[in-house]
Amino acid sequence: MRILKLFFIFFLIFSFNHLKADEDIKNKITKNLRCLICQGQSVYDSDSEFANSLKVLVDKKIEEGFSEQQIYSFFKDKYGEWILYDPGLNKNTYILWLLPILIFLIGGAIIFKSFIIKKN
Amino acid sequence: MKNKFLPFSVTLIFLVIFIIFYKGLKDTNIYTPEVKINSEIPSFSAELFYSNKIVNASEIFDLNKYYLLNIWSSWCIPCRQEHSILIDLAKDKNVKVIGINYKDNKENAEKFLEELGNPYEKIIFDKNGIGAIEWGAYGVPESFLIYNGKIIKKYVGPLKKESIKEIKLLIK
Repeated sequence: MRILKLFFIFFLIFSFNHLKADEDIKNKITKNLRCLICQGQSVYDSDSEFANSLKVLVDKKIEEGFSEQQIYSFFKDKYGEWILYDPGLNKNTYILWLLPILIFLIGGAIIFKSFIIKKN
Repeated sequence: MKNKFLPFSVTLIFLVIFIIFYKGLKDTNIYTPEVKINSEIPSFSAELFYSNKIVNASEIFDLNKYYLLNIWSSWCIPCRQEHSILIDLAKDKNVKVIGINYKDNKENAEKFLEELGNPYEKIIFDKNGIGAIEWGAYGVPESFLIYNGKIIKKYVGPLKKESIKEIKLLIK
């Protein structure tokens, strides 16, 4: 009987952990999706009809076993790259991704030239 | 030379930033998803409004026929405005009008159709709005002209007389 009770407690803990993990991944995904009705708000923050439907669909996709990346690809395919807050590297986002690196390198070169080379 | 280079480069950087921001002011900051013309219709299974039967996309859309898929709801005011246009279009033998009833109360939707008429050959009942997302829609009303299992035109917002003229030209 004691073993059965222990088993039941472990089962409950495991179930809750599983539910929490699903909830966490759902929140992560909806925070990275842009609401197309209340533009500027994430799906997670928005309460529009569109955002609420998206939340239901994200839930459904997680239940169906879709990975995070597969869910992003699904929405990207339906609404375009703009729906993602964290867009991938492609021909439209080269500048977005490469400009900070370029500025960092140029800035580093200027600092290197003016301080280190001058010192020597 | 070195003295001239710094003010010149600073002015150039400010000029570039000014042009980018000035151009940005004129751009609309409302994003409208790109319409993928000639894209395949989504494969889905959905519940029919009156019979509650679950059907697949292939059971609704035949090949070599024109369909106008209209997403509507009884609580949507612009849907009321376009409804008479849909009733007129439904009289055209070259096109069948299919409805997606979006996030609606069934009783209200039935009253809406009793009051304004029913232009739809079939209505898909989309209680939680997932069906509309499969189509890449983000609001009501939205309409899709479909031929041969492909979306050939998309209309966001209520249909206007000009849109119907365009549809009639396309389905001739």
